[in-house]
Amino acid sequence: MNRHVRYLCAAVVATAMVCGCSGSGARQGASMVLRIGNGAEPQDLDPQITTGVPEHRIQSALFEGLATLDPKTLEPTPAAAERWEVSADGLVYRFVIRADAAWSNGEAVTAHDFAFSWQRILSPNLASEYAYMLHCIKNAKAFNEGRIQDFAEVGVRVIDDRTLEVTLEHPTPYLLSMQDHNAWYPVHRATIERFGPIDKRATKWTRPGNLVGNGPFVLDRWDPDEAIRVVKNSAYWGAADVRLDAIEFYPIQDLLTEERNFRSGQLDVTESVPLSKIEVYQRDEPEVLHIDPYLGSYYYRFNVTRPPFDDVRVRRAFAMAIDRESLVRNVLKGGQRPADCFTPPDTAGYTCSSAVPFDPGAARVLLAEAGYPEGRGLPTVELVYNTSENHKLIAEAVQQMWKVNLGVDVDLLNQDWKVYLDSMRNLDYGVARSGWIADYVDPNNFLECFLTGNGNNRTGYASEAYDALIAKANATIDPRERLAVFQEAEKLLLEDCPFAPLYFYTRIYLKSTAVHGWQPNMLGFIPFKQLRIATE
Amino acid sequence: MLRFLSKRILEFVPVLFVICTITFFLIRLAPGGPFDAEKSVTPEVRRNLEAHYHMDAPLAQQYWDYLIRLSHGDLGPSFKKESRSVNEWIALRFPVSLELGAYAILVALGVGLAAGVFASLKPNTWRDHMPMTLAMAGICIPNFVLGPLLVLLFSLQLHWLPVSGWTGPADKILPAFTLGASYAAYIARLSRGGMLEILTKDFIRTARAKGLSERVVVLRHALRGGLQPVVAFLGPALAGLLSGSFVVETIFQVPGLGREFVQAAFNRDYTMIMGTVLFYAALILVFNLLVDLALAWLDPRIRHAH
Repeated sequence: MNRHVRYLCAAVVATAMVCGCSGSGARQGASMVLRIGNGAEPQDLDPQITTGVPEHRIQSALFEGLATLDPKTLEPTPAAAERWEVSADGLVYRFVIRADAAWSNGEAVTAHDFAFSWQRILSPNLASEYAYMLHCIKNAKAFNEGRIQDFAEVGVRVIDDRTLEVTLEHPTPYLLSMQDHNAWYPVHRATIERFGPIDKRATKWTRPGNLVGNGPFVLDRWDPDEAIRVVKNSAYWGAADVRLDAIEFYPIQDLLTEERNFRSGQLDVTESVPLSKIEVYQRDEPEVLHIDPYLGSYYYRFNVTRPPFDDVRVRRAFAMAIDRESLVRNVLKGGQRPADCFTPPDTAGYTCSSAVPFDPGAARVLLAEAGYPEGRGLPTVELVYNTSENHKLIAEAVQQMWKVNLGVDVDLLNQDWKVYLDSMRNLDYGVARSGWIADYVDPNNFLECFLTGNGNNRTGYASEAYDALIAKANATIDPRERLAVFQEAEKLLLEDCPFAPLYFYTRIYLKSTAVHGWQPNMLGFIPFKQLRIATE
Repeated sequence: MLRFLSKRILEFVPVLFVICTITFFLIRLAPGGPFDAEKSVTPEVRRNLEAHYHMDAPLAQQYWDYLIRLSHGDLGPSFKKESRSVNEWIALRFPVSLELGAYAILVALGVGLAAGVFASLKPNTWRDHMPMTLAMAGICIPNFVLGPLLVLLFSLQLHWLPVSGWTGPADKILPAFTLGASYAAYIARLSRGGMLEILTKDFIRTARAKGLSERVVVLRHALRGGLQPVVAFLGPALAGLLSGSFVVETIFQVPGLGREFVQAAFNRDYTMIMGTVLFYAALILVFNLLVDLALAWLDPRIRHAH
């Protein structure tokens, strides 16, 4: 939406706030219904089609993968599968599906269901955008790209109704962590076939009354742009432990509207908080404001194919001239952690030991060495960011830091989201605001972005040495050694510096004190089946 | 009359065709497409996606296919909100905008006409200045300010009405008032002006000379002519009100067509943009026609010209 409109709304509401009012998210009555702000109207509810976080949140209530995540440690724990064995070379996984796993229509969930589901998501005609998450399975990529036609050649084998064997292309230590991603969820074959060919998108199988899932909840109502309601699934194997009767997801895109809904008690949990409200809540109602570390990195890409950023010294000079501490403390104010590397600390036991330091002195020396003493002779540099009040504030702060620390003048260029994406894809920029939110908890999910030709690279950076290190890490079975190789890779990446790290994301939201069983974690993963509502 | 009507309706076809053609090519000129996202997809997946939606064909072919489908009334699938087709989205969303617009018109006409006529009867006295000052304020306060202020007062302070939503009757009061307020203000000013002009006309003097009561003079004789500027204003206003308001729908979380239209443009959801643009175009054409008919009925001079 129009940022000016938002800004004005914020100003008006903020003024009115000062005039004195403070309700709270207190709710009347203690029905076991969780009402949660969910950002956007879902693209669809088909777990093999959608790509967004709002969709995943709903799907995690409706479906269940072989493994799920412990909400506290984010370690994989058994879900639809009760146990699994991994071969010594890390290439073969054998899953045993629990005997009482059932679809919401009462039918048993079998190994065939998973084989069918993965065949469907890998079908070229379905054109699933997240199919690549399954490319670690043997021949899955070839099948997905239409180079082989017979799914029997893909490394998915049904041993019997309850046993599924998965053979991988290369060791994938994060295979189990990925099982909570919607791309790996099982879908119900008979239901999908009833409403169209299996590789047709957007058939009516995801409508209420049609959708059959295997998760703790089942779809009850879907009023587009108003609410999605899911109710407890009595056929679910763990139904006895599910405390909530229902969850209502509200697709409220406007942060101010969402906050007003929370304040009036119409929502228990919000998706986000308007920036202008963070300090108000910190002061007046700190018990409902939550700031959790989030598995994401905010950074500035450098276009390494174009002067002046084709020179590593210039890139490092720009990266080292950003005071990230000050940025986080004075501009963002949302508990974000300043970043001096790409992978957030403690990602599956990995914390990067190398860093891009903040060192304006050294940065000036580097810039002079590159032939631009005090920024003289430097070609015009444009910093591109997509429309958002936040991105603008950050860009202005960084622009000022470069001016003060390097003596360089940088132009700011605001672009509409799709125009910005187009500039990224065509490398039509100098410096560009960027962000990466992980899909699963593993350093690979961050570091693979900078592989040569990776679609998420978008800097033109290409290093054979780096590619070799990432490949080596992913071929290493010993977890400790593997992380050591990632350390080497990230060190090299930071030296080559195709980007400037700024900060690691936090997830900021409001949560009523009546919601119990909540567990903050870096993925923003909400364990719906253990939540309960209590007003005391 | 029938000839006039059928001629006007036939004129719709070329107008819609031109709008359709311009929109089709213009949206494809804007950088970025429906499948560009923060996380990029592999070239294979991109090709698969384009093939799935027949976007791998040459542009002329795509245009021709679109026209063929359009002639069957099929607006195609939505790229971004895939769960429903564009036809379904418009069928879902337009009734909501229509309902909200209807309430807003009731607010606008009820408040606006009363204030305008009241003001015109005693021009340049406090009975004129007071409603006209309010109307000026109404025009000046944009709805993105008025909406949150109303919520603050009636929802968060007094707890009389819900903050947002579109389920019960109580949900509809604040959005209707927010949307209707500025139109009420315009209508008040227009009806005052129209009435003032008419009240100086000879036929009003004749009516008064016949000894008719002031009530009959105003309601039966003056109002019909005095309302002409309001009716002319109502055409585009109706189309605007009924087609949904992005701002009001966003503030109150009303699932109307206005939000759909704006978001489709941001998302480069080509089929949804085309669908909503064509739908709006048709709507505006129909309303302009209705207004012309209404004006003919109100003003004998226009009626006899045909």
